[in-house]
Amino acid sequence: MSDTTDTGGPVLAADGTPLKRSLARALRRQKMRALLLIAPLLLFILISFILPVADMLYRSVKNGIVTDTLPRTVVALADWDADSGDLPSEAVYAAMAADLKEAAAAKTHTKVGTRLNYENPGISSLFRKTGRKAKKFDLEGVSSWKEELIDINKGWGDVGNWRTIQTYSPPVTSGYFLNAVDMRVGPDGAEMRPEAERIYMNLLGRTLWMSLAITVCCILLAYPVAWILANLPMRQANILMILVLLPFWTSLLVRTSAWKILLQQQGVINDILVWVGLVDDSARLVIINNQFGTIVAMTHILLPFMILPMYSVMQTIPPSYLRAAKSLGATDWTAFWRVYFPLTIPGIGAGSILVFILAIGYYITPALVGGTKGTFISNQIAFHISSSLNWGLASALGAILLAVVLGLYWAYDKIVGIDNVKLG
Amino acid sequence: MAEAVTDDGFVVFDRVQKSYDGETLVVKDLNLSIAKGEFLTMLGPSGSGKTTCLMMLAGFETATHGDIRLGGQPINNIPPHKRGIGMVFQNYALFPHMTIAENLAFPLEVRKMGKSEREEKIKRALDMVEMGSFGGRRPSQLSGGQQQRVALARALVFEPELVLMDEPLGALDKQLREKMQFEITDLAHNLGITTVYVTHDQTEALTMSDNVAVFDDGRIQQLAPPDLLYEKPENSFVAQFIGENNTLEGVVTEISGDTCVVRLDDGEELDATPINVSKVGERTKVSIRPERVEYNKERLQEGAHTLRAEVLEFIYMGDIFRTRLRVAGNDEFIIKTRNAPDVERLTPGQQIEIGWLPQDCRALDA
Repeated sequence: MSDTTDTGGPVLAADGTPLKRSLARALRRQKMRALLLIAPLLLFILISFILPVADMLYRSVKNGIVTDTLPRTVVALADWDADSGDLPSEAVYAAMAADLKEAAAAKTHTKVGTRLNYENPGISSLFRKTGRKAKKFDLEGVSSWKEELIDINKGWGDVGNWRTIQTYSPPVTSGYFLNAVDMRVGPDGAEMRPEAERIYMNLLGRTLWMSLAITVCCILLAYPVAWILANLPMRQANILMILVLLPFWTSLLVRTSAWKILLQQQGVINDILVWVGLVDDSARLVIINNQFGTIVAMTHILLPFMILPMYSVMQTIPPSYLRAAKSLGATDWTAFWRVYFPLTIPGIGAGSILVFILAIGYYITPALVGGTKGTFISNQIAFHISSSLNWGLASALGAILLAVVLGLYWAYDKIVGIDNVKLG
Repeated sequence: MAEAVTDDGFVVFDRVQKSYDGETLVVKDLNLSIAKGEFLTMLGPSGSGKTTCLMMLAGFETATHGDIRLGGQPINNIPPHKRGIGMVFQNYALFPHMTIAENLAFPLEVRKMGKSEREEKIKRALDMVEMGSFGGRRPSQLSGGQQQRVALARALVFEPELVLMDEPLGALDKQLREKMQFEITDLAHNLGITTVYVTHDQTEALTMSDNVAVFDDGRIQQLAPPDLLYEKPENSFVAQFIGENNTLEGVVTEISGDTCVVRLDDGEELDATPINVSKVGERTKVSIRPERVEYNKERLQEGAHTLRAEVLEFIYMGDIFRTRLRVAGNDEFIIKTRNAPDVERLTPGQQIEIGWLPQDCRALDA
């Protein structure tokens, strides 16, 4: 015991400063240096990962375009009751005319049309056609803009169009998310879309189902391989390990194309089946461009992610456990099932999480071998990003996917415990 | 060499050989008979074949040649789980995902024992190793010594007649090891079970066993009770391996019945008991235990040869004095003397004369 600790007050360093402050000062330099070392990586992650993700998440609810382009109309429409069935007042039409004239000059009227068209197909032509004439609007010279606008395009006399404008005028909208779960804002608030228009929930369900199927296939195929790897002598295990890792060193595109060659109707597998006589030449199996093809190709591609965690767990299980179980009277099967298998669960869990999460967001393979029935939700996201340019909907779908993955992760942590996961 | 194999042993190794690669024999012509209730230790350096023998008995290795019999029945083709042999492993091999009670329940469950009977046996087994209150814990929550006790309880809970132990105390510290040695022997004798114990620690072998089989090079070099093994080693390997030993090399010059004279390489002569030398002129290694060397002339036998020695080092060890001498050109000759009031403490450089009883000095193979 030193003298300083006996006083009961804060512990002091030799020079009289509190020990805590003294320690913090001594550690500050170290901390600064450590921070400096990871700064480039931190910056890189911030710029290339965290900010884009945040931006995409914001895009899924962002809706500034209506207020920005039609500011007067939005204010004037605020008091209008869409459920009354009456058209908005003269003031609203005048505001719209003023907004359109400005928007047409700035050439932003088509963008509002496009945005609103996502919610109300057909409305974009209303904006486009009216916009052509809007540049020449004489705002003071017209007595009734209501009649004038309806005269230019009948669409201005449709309560439904005005409802769409009013509904989507706030700067933040739930519209993309509703759309992403096959809902829409109807006269009575949110409602399911008609059966025929529902796409995304089915697609999400299919994505989850197929990812699960792929995960299960991977578990079944990887378990024996990992077991052999863990129990072979070092030299042979290394050779086998190279075979496991070989796919890692080959381009994903090449491997997927190889499956195309194998699985197509005039492909290797069908040829062999026909040659052996198992399948008639006129009834070649359709095993690509559907769910089966996607599951086969993705199981193959994701298999190493299942084998490696399993292997690393199995390696740590001493052979004496199995011997002990047998010496205690257990048959080979009981020894495996009661002793070995429970000890490999952390490996199965780690591999399953990895494979499932990778599978759920997979894009290239389903796009190439999935046809129309074997595609994933990520393919739809890609479509909205690059073809339909509906980034808001793509962001909403992506956000839902992210939420599903985080939810599954959370559930796994509750049930198995993330501490039990060993990745290597 | 091993004693003649009698068929009435509880465990019998009959001309057993084992090879892993088909080129070299790890176990060469092993003959061994273990009586019921006997505590036998297989002692030897690593690679001597002792663990292989244990694994063949447990059923995890198959004998390349020969028969292993248990209770008169050949067990070569019986899988391990049907042999009913309890086993304690070096790393305890307690199942980490089960509690202590579940570990002990395992052998009873696979035998389809009822729940009440099971619980009673588990309680009895845990009480036996003084671990009665630990049934709900996991192996990782126990200390090494406690895990060891549980492993022992698990190997005994299904009441096997034979228990194998593969260096079970290797991972424990010295004090705990000594305590467990005592407890294991006590338990084995009280329960009357036959025990085969493998170790490379000779102290453990000497203190615990009824019989010790010293293994080297795939053969049993000597099978004897601990006292005979220590006092009457039958060859130089056993003499060197068990306890501390002084070796002097020389040539046999005379043999008459149970005494012989050996002329050491520097010309000095001494009396010895011939063990495995048979004729005059044969080279021999003479073995003398450090505590049997005498330098007090009054205690020496009449007419015995004595040797001149120079004291090189004197170490005070509390209960004993350990003195290093130069004898007949050998600088590593050790003598041990009990710390008694009348014992002279030697000083380095001092010239003394040493001797011993001829029966303590054994002329072995060179």
